Amino acid sequence: MAPRSPAATADPDLALLEPEKLVEAYRLMVLARALDERMWILQRQGKVPFVITGQGQEAAQVGAALALRAGHDIVLPYYRDIALVLALGMSPRELMLSAFARAADPNSGGRQMPNHFSSRRLRILTGSSPVGTQIPHAAGAALASRLRGEDSVVLVSFGEGASSEGDFHEGVNFAAIHRLPVVFFCENNGWAISVPSRRQMNVEGVARRAAGYGIAGVAVDGQDLLAVYRAVAEAAERGRGGEGPTIVEALTYRFVPHSSDDDDRIYRSADEMAEMRRRDPIPAFRERLEAAGLWDEAKEERLRQEVAATVDDAADHAERSPQPDPATVMQHVFASSGRDGHPWRSSA
Amino acid sequence: MAVKRMIDAIREALDEELARDESVIVMGEDVGVKGGVFVATKGLIDRYGPERVIDTPLAESGIVGVAIGAAMNGLRPVAEIQFADFIYPAMDQIISEAARIRYRSNGEWQCPLVVRAPYGAGVRGGLYHSQSVESFFAHVPGLKVVIPSNPADAKGLLKAAIRDDDPVVFLEPKRGYRAIQGEVPEGDYVVPIGPARIAREGEHLTAIAYGMMLHLTMQAAERLEREGVSVEVVDLRTLAPLDRATIVESVKKTGRALVVYEDNRTLGMGAEVAAILAEEALFHLDAPVRRVAMPDVPATPYAAVLEDAVLPNVDTIAQAMRELARV
Ligand SMILES: Cc1ncc(C[n+]2csc(CCOP(=O)(O)OP(=O)(O)O)c2C)c(N)n1
Repeated sequence: MAPRSPAATADPDLALLEPEKLVEAYRLMVLARALDERMWILQRQGKVPFVITGQGQEAAQVGAALALRAGHDIVLPYYRDIALVLALGMSPRELMLSAFARAADPNSGGRQMPNHFSSRRLRILTGSSPVGTQIPHAAGAALASRLRGEDSVVLVSFGEGASSEGDFHEGVNFAAIHRLPVVFFCENNGWAISVPSRRQMNVEGVARRAAGYGIAGVAVDGQDLLAVYRAVAEAAERGRGGEGPTIVEALTYRFVPHSSDDDDRIYRSADEMAEMRRRDPIPAFRERLEAAGLWDEAKEERLRQEVAATVDDAADHAERSPQPDPATVMQHVFASSGRDGHPWRSSA
Repeated sequence: MAVKRMIDAIREALDEELARDESVIVMGEDVGVKGGVFVATKGLIDRYGPERVIDTPLAESGIVGVAIGAAMNGLRPVAEIQFADFIYPAMDQIISEAARIRYRSNGEWQCPLVVRAPYGAGVRGGLYHSQSVESFFAHVPGLKVVIPSNPADAKGLLKAAIRDDDPVVFLEPKRGYRAIQGEVPEGDYVVPIGPARIAREGEHLTAIAYGMMLHLTMQAAERLEREGVSVEVVDLRTLAPLDRATIVESVKKTGRALVVYEDNRTLGMGAEVAAILAEEALFHLDAPVRRVAMPDVPATPYAAVLEDAVLPNVDTIAQAMRELARV
């Protein structure tokens, strides 16, 4: 059992994580937000071509990540998961290298748009842009781990829009039949670009669909980091115990337009946006930490300075890093690709 | 060497690879207890159990998608699509995912996956049990596309596909499953993916074919031999990546080229082969490159007379050879 902090009785969920972990969770959210905000500025400055980020979803993402064993459990994130991959161990520099599409971008070497995450080291399986395609991959990855006798759990994340795709159904159904240890982690931010979730499904939320597969489904407040942590930890436990997959639906918000190419004023009102902002998970978590005596103004000041320096460093580092070498474009088409991408001799 | 049917050679390949490597699994609709609708996987579930020979739900995108995740995480899945005609729901998984995993991750991840599918016409299967789908996949860099024309190749190429670190679309000419018999070497062997095969040497023209059409082309070549025309026949075996060198060298020798394929004429393999010859062998050609293919109908019709009217056969192939030799 984790050591209890002074105000833990007033806020029993704080006992879910050790005090250092709570503080670390807060730091990760603040850092993710700052990186995210900087990416938008860099895009508006014309320094990076495109951004797609996750402001508003930090608590859901960090909460989920902390429930996993980084580098052991397998993760298939989606494009909003900056805070999630940061919490798993991807560095701010690495994220910025991806934004700038530099050669050293660990996700794809600048081949993919930003936030198409991949890391062998962190067991993050490479992802693509068509939404939902990663969902059956999660079932397959879990199948492979189980066949080898590993106890790793697979977490795959996606939006509620993606849950309308056939691949969602096919992936969840397969995992359910085989009782695979998969956490289907839906970050429901209410919108799929301009389409609200009530036009995505005729039930109140994605977790409800779990019943149709005969698996557990839980909806949690995605702005509450500890609620998400608990739900994902329980789902992982269920998976490891042979009880099969779980759909965990984190009800969250997206504070920013869908991407740098989107104008969200067309489809949502200023009032709605202001209302959402009141449910910002970062100040909410800070208040909980302060109430528990784990945080104060001085700590906040130090953190803000440290984060600003980290973000500056990451952006500067990425901007100065070399571009990918055009001579490498034909590499990695096949395992044995030569310079022309052909795996063996051609006559040309 | 024992004479075997194509379908039995394929089953042997799967059996031997499952036995050789614990990371090999077989999955698809009806592949377990029933052993596949063409019995390609018959008996495997008894030997390797339901954990490695998996009866999946009826969901093509899911079958390939699950196999991709398993492949990224260290297995070598052989996913069966019951008929190539039903592969379209899985196209996104094959093209957007499997083909690009290595490239998009800059070489960090790979997808050693085989997607097997019976394909092709001539079985009175109508529109949805007859299609040639190879060109869709041969167009996609990152995918290997293999079509065997005989039992020995089927076994050796399938073993090579399973051991390959890249995704392979392995198309089996279903009309040949039982119709095509041939000697199969004893013991373990592979036929490398890539090189084409000179199925028959000749002087006057080169005919290029694969799969079931290879047989019809061979029969037509024998007919022409009796008429005094010597035809060299190239069996492509691998459509992607294509063995350009063998095609070009053969046509440089004979000066004439005919491409035979049962796919629709437009943008099929014949178009690519003709383009390669235009680029690399133009000044060796004594006649324009010719194609015998299915006309551009949406797929083979069901009634026997209709199917026969669209498919290449020994007569139409032999006639094209004659005309080409005369130019
Ligand atoms: C198959 C497919 N169709 C369309 C798109 C374009 N697209 C990208 S994101 C998106 C909305 C996804 O919404 P959701 O899954 O709810 O996630 P969110 O972006 O809201 O986090 C769409 C339509 C796509 N990437 N893939």
